[in-house]
Amino acid sequence: MFKTRADKIFWFTLAAVFLVGLGFTEVLANEYYYTAVYAILQATMMAVAWNILGGFTGYVNFGSAGFFAIGAYTAVALDKWLGLPLPLLIVGSAIICGLMGLGVGYLTLRLKGVYFAIATLALAIVLETLITNWDFVGAARGVYILTPEKVPFFDSYIQLLFVVMLALTLGSIAVSRQLNDSRIGRGLAAIRDDEVAAECAGVPTLRLKLISTTIMGAMMGVAGAPYPFFVTFVDPLSAFNLFVAVNAIAMPLIGGTAHWIGPVIGALLIGGAQEAITVTISSELNVLVVGIMLVLFITLAPQGIVGLVQKWMKRRRG
Amino acid sequence: MSAPILQVRGVSKHFGGFTALDDIELELGASERLGLIGPNGSGKTTLINCISGSLTNDSGSIVFKGEDITRLAPHQRAARGVARSFQIPKPFRSMTVLENLRIPLEYAARRRTERARIDDDAMDVLELIGLKDRANDPSAGLTQVDMRKLELARALAAKPKLLVSDEAMAGLSSSEVDEILKILLALNARGVAVIMIEHIMRAVMGFAQRLVVLDAGRKIADGTPEDIIRSPDVERAYLGE
Repeated sequence: MFKTRADKIFWFTLAAVFLVGLGFTEVLANEYYYTAVYAILQATMMAVAWNILGGFTGYVNFGSAGFFAIGAYTAVALDKWLGLPLPLLIVGSAIICGLMGLGVGYLTLRLKGVYFAIATLALAIVLETLITNWDFVGAARGVYILTPEKVPFFDSYIQLLFVVMLALTLGSIAVSRQLNDSRIGRGLAAIRDDEVAAECAGVPTLRLKLISTTIMGAMMGVAGAPYPFFVTFVDPLSAFNLFVAVNAIAMPLIGGTAHWIGPVIGALLIGGAQEAITVTISSELNVLVVGIMLVLFITLAPQGIVGLVQKWMKRRRG
Repeated sequence: MSAPILQVRGVSKHFGGFTALDDIELELGASERLGLIGPNGSGKTTLINCISGSLTNDSGSIVFKGEDITRLAPHQRAARGVARSFQIPKPFRSMTVLENLRIPLEYAARRRTERARIDDDAMDVLELIGLKDRANDPSAGLTQVDMRKLELARALAAKPKLLVSDEAMAGLSSSEVDEILKILLALNARGVAVIMIEHIMRAVMGFAQRLVVLDAGRKIADGTPEDIIRSPDVERAYLGE
């Protein structure tokens, strides 16, 4: 874990960010900030999760955000049924969504390119229909979640959620980085570049793609598990929100998909800009901003911000 | 002939109503150099797809080093020592030349490679191929001939016992053809059996110890290059009656 200098810097930064976040809960009482940062963290985690399948493996898809919704609803169902505490709900969502990622991957991964993207979109719609008709979790009416008035260690429940989300997001970034630098990560990159050649170079492409969908699903599920407690009311329309899904795709594409830091940069940039615009200008304009940035980046810098920086560094070196 | 490393037994392959391969029999000795020729559409690429596992034959079996590999996926065959290069180069474009070779070393040749020696092994292959200076260049920017060399280098990095080279020389200049030929001969000298598909007759005749001719999915001739070019069947397949 601490083999190189980059490793040390990485883990030190993660620890520092977590401690700073924890420190804020001591000095800052205004709940708005926690709500805003929670939204950015959630977007970051979804971007990181999407990127594992869409970026590292090259399977661009519209369905990943469906796993976020399943994660949220798994938490709702487990909470209602067994009354489990939040950490167990998160673990439960990770397991359910990871297994679903595996199953869905097995069904759809024989499709490639745009066909795969459409199949995953269809799948998200199927899942939404299932939830809309499942009475136990409120069906189309939606479901209210009661959050405790008093929480240990923190001033309010949103502070607790913020710290939990911060830890989860940093954890997902660490997983993504480890994966990117591993033998499996290099195998996924080979699949992204040329699947037939990868297979002939000995890469077990199906197994690796299933690992990719499983991790993606589990991570999306984890991102979704605290969501019902954050918004306190969930219905299928908000959980399967298309805008949330598009965000999870736009952020990695703008940040850069080949490197683990791409989706993090994209999410912080877009998520931050969206929150700022929502507060200062209008809550509708931020949708337009994402659209314009996406168009600009896809036409001018298809490798995203990471690609731009790499190009610039190469030019400087010689 | 030494003990066969590859046996193709009665292999047939159909695409819908079209018979691409019809009951093909083929044996290849360890470290033998075989040229596979035939007119366009005669089934050469289909046959090597069946050997490397990209396609599964409908009937018959493929035996490699005494083991039936007919039902194995391409990556399992690669791990056992079957490597192939593609007619149209398929480099891993986001990677450098060296990183391209790391993939087969870390996957296909994993059991035959020490982890600490991966980069050294990759450099050895690049040295043999003549791409050492390009090791850290991005693979997407290579010239056509270097792209072909990378294709061969990546196949070699899998440390194969059998290399199937699918038109590694098409479109290259005469001196470039000689370069590739030299690489393939050097490889063969290290004990790797080679099946070469090629339209450039000068290259095949200079390289192969034995030629197999396919026409319309059937094997119509199998023998030394000198015998094959005198065969009336082969002449008919290429030139018509």
